[in-house]
Amino acid sequence: MPHKTFMWFILPSALAMFLFIFVPIISVIVQSMYIEHEQVLVEVENCGPFGCTVEVNVDQEAMAQLREEQPLGRFNGLGTYTNRAHLAFTEVGEAWVTSESWGTFLSAVYNLPFYKALAFTLTFTFVVTPLVLFFGLFIALGVNSLPRIFRGPTIFVSLLPMIVTPLVGSLILFWMVDAEGVLGAALQNLFDDNSLSLKASPWLTWIMLMVYGVWSSTPFAFIVFYAGLQTVPEDTLEAASLDGAGRWQKVRYVVFPYVAPLAVFITLIQLMDNFRVFEPIVGFSAQASATSLSWIIFNDLRGGDVQLFGSAAATSVLTICGVAILLTPVLIRTWRDFNRKRV
Amino acid sequence: MTKFTKLMGATAMAVTMGSAAFADGHGCVAEGRVSILSNDFAAVNAVSAGAGECQGADFSHNATTEHRDIQVAALTANPAEYTVAVVANSSIVALLNEGLIRPLDDLIAEHAPDIPMNQRITVDGQVVAIAFMANAQHLFYRSDVLEAAGVEPPTTYEEVLAAAEAIRSQGLMENPFITNTAVGWNLGEEFVNMYLGFGGAFFEPGTANPAVNNETGVAALEMMKALAEYSDPDFLTFASNETAAEWEAGNAALGFMWGSRGGPILDDEGSTEEITSTTVLTGAPTVGGGDTPASTLWWDGFTIAANISDADAEASFIAMVHGMRDEVVQANNDAAVWLSPAYVPGPAAAGVAATATTGTKPYPMIPFMGLMHTALGNELAEFMQGEESAEQALADVEAAYIAAATEQGFIQ
Repeated sequence: MPHKTFMWFILPSALAMFLFIFVPIISVIVQSMYIEHEQVLVEVENCGPFGCTVEVNVDQEAMAQLREEQPLGRFNGLGTYTNRAHLAFTEVGEAWVTSESWGTFLSAVYNLPFYKALAFTLTFTFVVTPLVLFFGLFIALGVNSLPRIFRGPTIFVSLLPMIVTPLVGSLILFWMVDAEGVLGAALQNLFDDNSLSLKASPWLTWIMLMVYGVWSSTPFAFIVFYAGLQTVPEDTLEAASLDGAGRWQKVRYVVFPYVAPLAVFITLIQLMDNFRVFEPIVGFSAQASATSLSWIIFNDLRGGDVQLFGSAAATSVLTICGVAILLTPVLIRTWRDFNRKRV
Repeated sequence: MTKFTKLMGATAMAVTMGSAAFADGHGCVAEGRVSILSNDFAAVNAVSAGAGECQGADFSHNATTEHRDIQVAALTANPAEYTVAVVANSSIVALLNEGLIRPLDDLIAEHAPDIPMNQRITVDGQVVAIAFMANAQHLFYRSDVLEAAGVEPPTTYEEVLAAAEAIRSQGLMENPFITNTAVGWNLGEEFVNMYLGFGGAFFEPGTANPAVNNETGVAALEMMKALAEYSDPDFLTFASNETAAEWEAGNAALGFMWGSRGGPILDDEGSTEEITSTTVLTGAPTVGGGDTPASTLWWDGFTIAANISDADAEASFIAMVHGMRDEVVQANNDAAVWLSPAYVPGPAAAGVAATATTGTKPYPMIPFMGLMHTALGNELAEFMQGEESAEQALADVEAAYIAAATEQGFIQ
């Protein structure tokens, strides 16, 4: 394709990407470097149905003038990134100096909101992604070997977890694992322990969230793998059979090489999705035991009466950096494969 | 169920009020835009519906539980998206901080000089909101269970603990105590209540510097932990909907819940006669030998946006005053604890009334209280789960608050 044609061809999507991806990201980066003006406080008397109290209040006129002069607020550089709510350089440094063992250092770091969220986010990502790949392929191979007549209904049922909205799916499971719910009561009976609660223990909450993550994402991997399996040539499989290959050997030496590029694709998508884990935490009311980077952003914007835009923006930028770091190895691999094929 | 009840209530109300307006003609003319943003519960909807009866108004009403998340953006626009924001003493602060609502003194003098002083919310001598109802968390108890356990109704948290122990040890109930301790806003609110009950102050006087990491804070946390021992193990996921449902299911005998839940709990839906007939609403307990009940008083009221024309502001004010008139209060007497003189307190209001008359403090209307509340809600969970000490939890609260308050410009 001549360069000029190509340019015209790509222009609409380039323009859309510029408007809807690039510009918002730049705006978030700018936002993350600003904080609110220094508030001018005055003491005033507030009265209401329950009497009067002397309390401090913001001096509106002084603030209006400040905002007029600098609508973005005060420039703070990377200050928000390094404060306690984010990378917490000071606190981590202090913990490093004062801790006598790795254990105390790690627990001090884990006590900081950003690192606590990062710990769960990474654990979730690295547990759920491989399991999704494994179960996705497993189910796809299973469905592929079913008689044709059963395949349609089986595929439909297997896709249900993906069809259900994540928030709704997690809410339904949340009610089921309640001490009075179907699963919760069954577990209590099984272990003969009336105080067993999946919601109360941090570890059980983590496991519950990850089980949910696998449950809701596996259909995606399944359907991609299933589509891939349809392209595995029958002749090669037949040849392998004639050579005396067993079922496992056929899968290992014929099917795997064919679906390997799909596995890379699913890994890429799943790493991104799982790193942004959010809905199950809200759905399962799991904030006490598990928070994620996305949840922190949500909490900054919707947690209280006052919105912390700078803080939310900084966490967003850090999340983008995190996704970039996670994807780099996979992307480098893909690039190498691409180059090799070109040669 | 509650949603459905609410809907039914709202429909019934709309019908009654429609006919009332038809009967008495129209005593209200409001020429202009009246656009209300409010929370979504029966009492607020009744006031809004009452405001909508005015003649000549271009009326619209958005009742949503998400109201406080959109109010600042909606009122910052010029002209503002809504002319009226219905707020409580915490959510008004965000509007005050940004200067988005207008003083009402002139409008009161011109249109409603007889609004009682206790309904006028004033900041620095200017009326900024008109309150129409009050709310507070207070004690609910089951008289039959307490009787069976052989204990008197408690008036202090120490007695609540003793009563809970008596109920548990006699095998009447495993987890008799219940309150709203879901991580986040609810957990923060429980600490605010308990800390004020112990006589604590959140900030160094006259500044935005936090002052919760002290003996009072530790005492408040220890009491919350002691109460949690008698709560369902899932207590960190319990918000108002869950606690009310547990109560109606007969799973608790001592509850510290919102007064506004009293009506729905006492009505004949969602529970059995045995539970509703023995549920008693009473004042909030005191704690640690203090006189101040461990609770906070809340009001709900309306404000008028700053970024609208004076004509729209006038129309909105007239309509809202019409919406909270005596007939509306009388028609919805049990939907809330109304501040209007026309209100006749019933059994559902007994708890809030007892709490309000015994020296309970109002929730602080301070610009940075919301940041403190958020920090409390997020940082106390680990202590409640037994994973860190009270001192560490409070140190975390102060550190989280300082980070947020610095970003908002309250602390340098």
